[in-house]
Amino acid sequence: MKKPRTIVLRTAGTNCDNETHAAFKMAGAVSELVHINELARGEKFLKDFQILAIPGGFTYGDDIASGKILANEIRYKLNEDLKNFINSGKLVIGICNGFQVLVKAGILPGINTGAIEATLSFNDSGNFIDKWVELKAEGVCVWTRGLEEKIYLPIAHGEGKFIPRDKEVLKNLKKNNQVVFRYTENPNGSIDDIAGICDTTGRVLGLMPHPERHILGTQHPSWTRSGLKEHGDGFMIFKNSVDYVKEKL
Amino acid sequence: MEFKIEIRNRKGVFDPLGNGIKKNIKDLGISGVKKVNVSRVFIISGDITEADAERIAGELLADAITEEYSTGGGWKAEGGRIRVAEIAYNPGVMDPVEESARKAIKDMGIYGVKSLRTERKYYIEGGITENDFKNICEKLLYNKVIQHIVKAQGSMPNAQGGGGYKFKLITVDMLGADDKKLIKISKSGQLFLNLKEMQEIKTYFKKLGRNPTDCELETIAQTWSEHCGHKTFRGVIDYEERAEGEGLKVKKSRIDNLLKSTVMKATNELKKPWCVSVFKDNAGIIRFDEKDNICFKVETHNHPSALEPYGGAGTGIGGVIRDILGVGLGAKPIMNTDIFCFGLPDMAHKDVPKGMLHPKRIMKGVVSGVRDYGNRMGIPTANGAVLFDERYAGNPLVYCGTVGIMPKDKSFKASQSGELIVAVGGRTGRDGIHGATFSSGELTHESETVSGGAVQIGNPITEKKLTDTLLKARDRNLYTAITDCGAGGFSSAVGEMGQELGAEVDLEKAPLKYQGLSYTEIWISEAQERMVLSVPRENLKELMDIFKKEDVEAVVIGCFTSNKRLKLRYNGNIVCDLDMEFLHDGIPRFERKAVWTRPVYKESGRKNKKDFTQDLLKILSSWNVCSKEWVIRQYDHEVQGQSVLKPLVGIKNDGPGDASIIRPKFDSKKGIIISNGINPRYGLIDPYWMAASCIDEALRQIIAVGGSLKKTAILDNFCWGNTDKPDRLGSLVRASFGCYDIAKAYGVPFISGKDSLNNEYSVHGESISIPGTLLISAISVMNDVTKAVTMDFKEKGDLVYIIGETKDEMGGSHYNLINNSVGNNAPTVDAKSGLKILNKINKAAGLGLLRACHDLSEGGIAVALAEMAFAGGLGVNASIKKVPYAAQCSGLKAEGGKKDEVILFSESNTRFIAEVRKENKKKFEGLMKGVAIGMIGEVSGEKDFEIYGIDGREIVNVGIDKLKEAWQKPLRW
Repeated sequence: MKKPRTIVLRTAGTNCDNETHAAFKMAGAVSELVHINELARGEKFLKDFQILAIPGGFTYGDDIASGKILANEIRYKLNEDLKNFINSGKLVIGICNGFQVLVKAGILPGINTGAIEATLSFNDSGNFIDKWVELKAEGVCVWTRGLEEKIYLPIAHGEGKFIPRDKEVLKNLKKNNQVVFRYTENPNGSIDDIAGICDTTGRVLGLMPHPERHILGTQHPSWTRSGLKEHGDGFMIFKNSVDYVKEKL
Repeated sequence: MEFKIEIRNRKGVFDPLGNGIKKNIKDLGISGVKKVNVSRVFIISGDITEADAERIAGELLADAITEEYSTGGGWKAEGGRIRVAEIAYNPGVMDPVEESARKAIKDMGIYGVKSLRTERKYYIEGGITENDFKNICEKLLYNKVIQHIVKAQGSMPNAQGGGGYKFKLITVDMLGADDKKLIKISKSGQLFLNLKEMQEIKTYFKKLGRNPTDCELETIAQTWSEHCGHKTFRGVIDYEERAEGEGLKVKKSRIDNLLKSTVMKATNELKKPWCVSVFKDNAGIIRFDEKDNICFKVETHNHPSALEPYGGAGTGIGGVIRDILGVGLGAKPIMNTDIFCFGLPDMAHKDVPKGMLHPKRIMKGVVSGVRDYGNRMGIPTANGAVLFDERYAGNPLVYCGTVGIMPKDKSFKASQSGELIVAVGGRTGRDGIHGATFSSGELTHESETVSGGAVQIGNPITEKKLTDTLLKARDRNLYTAITDCGAGGFSSAVGEMGQELGAEVDLEKAPLKYQGLSYTEIWISEAQERMVLSVPRENLKELMDIFKKEDVEAVVIGCFTSNKRLKLRYNGNIVCDLDMEFLHDGIPRFERKAVWTRPVYKESGRKNKKDFTQDLLKILSSWNVCSKEWVIRQYDHEVQGQSVLKPLVGIKNDGPGDASIIRPKFDSKKGIIISNGINPRYGLIDPYWMAASCIDEALRQIIAVGGSLKKTAILDNFCWGNTDKPDRLGSLVRASFGCYDIAKAYGVPFISGKDSLNNEYSVHGESISIPGTLLISAISVMNDVTKAVTMDFKEKGDLVYIIGETKDEMGGSHYNLINNSVGNNAPTVDAKSGLKILNKINKAAGLGLLRACHDLSEGGIAVALAEMAFAGGLGVNASIKKVPYAAQCSGLKAEGGKKDEVILFSESNTRFIAEVRKENKKKFEGLMKGVAIGMIGEVSGEKDFEIYGIDGREIVNVGIDKLKEAWQKPLRW
């Protein structure tokens, strides 16, 4: 069978594209780095891929708010294509800035299609923070099948505090099993310790921590103590998506 | 129409930014502030309707969940005790938000925006006086170098910095000028040229029979500036050494080109075959593997950072990244390292030199500048250091370094006659005029007004786009040479690239941020994020296509010729016509006098103390030694996913790692180690041994993490005072001697370097110099990163060894520092035995014998042991009786017998502490034969830190949590 095809979307200020690209390749996908201009100008097409990844970075400098300008661009330039992509059963992941983009474009949590139901705001500390965190994996999501109960990934963000619009949204997130990752020690003030959520289909995942930075054993911050493993905890997330496409699409 | 849109948090939403400012206000010593709210203001004008403004505010600018907006000019302060400060950028200062916000509005289908400016508004609530408010504004909220307080509503200054420009050729009357006048021309034009240089220029134009244009004079001043020309290092120096008190002349010599006779000499003599390009290009290049080379450069950006820490540090890191983009045909930046020197963060506000910002504010600004630029560029800042000394209060040091990787065949450049000069990246503005010459002079309390134009704000996203695009064009071989626009702007870039050929530029073709720039301003502007390419005509179309696709501007501004002349035109008018030879080689050489006098400090009488626990805690809490986690965590130190050893290590990821390791290829175990050695305190005693110690420190950090000297190279970076003064130059010379001797003896070549002189601050005619500060940065290729070692203790029961001899070398030590003395016996380096130690430790690491290894530096054995213990969360039980000790050193009168305090705190070089499994005892000791080692104790399961003295009595006893708290507390901001 043909290898699943991943599009890693990039634009000005994207900066985790190469490692995300590498993670998908290691997990067995054919991955392509594509500039949003190539999609907007019709030189490349979303429909030719099965997995869309919006990687981390500071798209357009996060100048108005994190992920906001790319979210705006997607809403105005790629809305239909992206809807069709998701509705046809394909997979989407937004990591860090990509998560911020998906939330601010109204794709996540996606309880009511297109509505802005949450945001990611400044960390309570007011500072950017790079730190490894322990995450509790829960919820029902294609990307996290078979993960250990607790996984270890780094965060690196200034605006990672997850805030749902209201209690209703939070209630629905929980009810629908859309909360996928929770911090065991909250680093940024996120409501309900939420680190990552998926949409109601379980095929669109957004998370602040960086699974693509824990693919290799040497990326673990204390591998010299705990011993060197071949793969890091993040690898499984990419593998899951590739396996899913092989099985279902 | 013009709309003023203000955006603020909804009621009840926590505002971390406001909260941070509140904290900073308290730090200023102002109490009474209850609350600070921050709002963002966008002033948008053009052909837009009210409905457009509503959409822009509601859908784009304000967050739908946390914020609310007003499109009608903003809110007024509600309630009586609220003061409002509205801060805007000065005309001509780059506002990074403008470009991206305009793009986003276009994406929405709204095309009429003509201008967009941003402001911040601060609502400060509480009972404070007008004077308090003024203080808060000046000390925290804005910097007048780049910003101002908006006074009356509606009276906005023209953000574009002045209207049109009408061409008028300006010439400077030099032919008719006497010496006095020449000096005046140099001073008033901020040329920073001295009389001899001005006379040389006059002679040149006399031969031509005409006066120079302003543009020609500026071009020469920039090319000849200390910053670009390194006149001091390349000049002739009449040097002598004296010993204080004895009045004896110890040594006298004449040095022709200090650089060539010390630093470069070591490299030339070592002849390492893996050195690809040294001291020629923007950065030093060494071999990495069969396919790729790596390069490394460290720059300084001191003066701009003193005036505007955020912008100065940001553009510093931006600049060194462009050095890497411009080395050979361009390398991909893969790691940053930053080293800062500041005044003491707890300095009383009244003691801050006039015209200067408080050290804490400088530090916060510098850290956030590096954070925002480095993080946005997606380059991990994985290594660094922060030092403090009161003498840096008037002149902080900001060293920024970048490592790059490039295919082997992209390591050299050569532009050809007839090729096009293409300017790429950001646009040219009035920002950064006179940076090169400004940084070649001293700072004064007037610098902020006189040289404010030298300070800029960078736009990292422009540089990130530029990086991505350039590497694409490079891989398609579309250009033959590339240079960054750094200090001196186009003048420096084009002048350098066309040095052997000649160049012609039509200045009006350069894309401008706004109208109104004169031809000279275009030519010397140091606006950020610009590079210059040399493009064969047949490649132009393909190159332009690539740049267009990635939304990066590229414009042909001229071509390279073969007449060895630099010819500049503005709308056809010739504004500069100079000989390349005169420009680059016409600079007169200087003969300077240099004297180094060996100082004598009062020795602190040592008492026979019984317990050193408090001393250890005090050193751990000292500014230089304490944890820098507050800084490190603000940097993305693992973007690109290549980190192997991060800056913080240990069971809780918070211990001080010795060096950082990255593996630049996911499918290869080959890695790169980066480390830094710096210790200006030793230089107070003897700059020679300071240089030796810095090299030793950088190298032992490489070794401590499992690296080897085999493919290790170093960079020098001298930050000194005004070297026109013989004592300053004397210590620089002496440090250079140390560089040569030790680098040569260790077999480690210098591959690149930098000097930043004139780091002095003058108030009322009195000059305060920084301590001569040498930074040695090391880069090493590691064959197998899975052999890496960290410094944290791993398991109870393991043996603890000290490797290397401890000497009575308390001079410049931190033990002396906390006891308010300097001392006279600075640590020396015995490279012969040192080399043996370094190689053996590397071997032990390769065999997997080292479970932990830490190099000994500030605070000596006591501090290193403490760090290993609390990083590993384990105690230690050690006796210093078996520490190899030598009473005599450096030919100075040593203090005498073996003493507990000397062994605990002496900072002798080339020493390590290692943790070894019991079952490997024999193997390890066998391997170490021939070097001095001592088994000093065991790692314990308890959390107790116990050290026993020579006579067997306990001299330190404290819990590791207490040690860690002492170490973490000072910079827990």
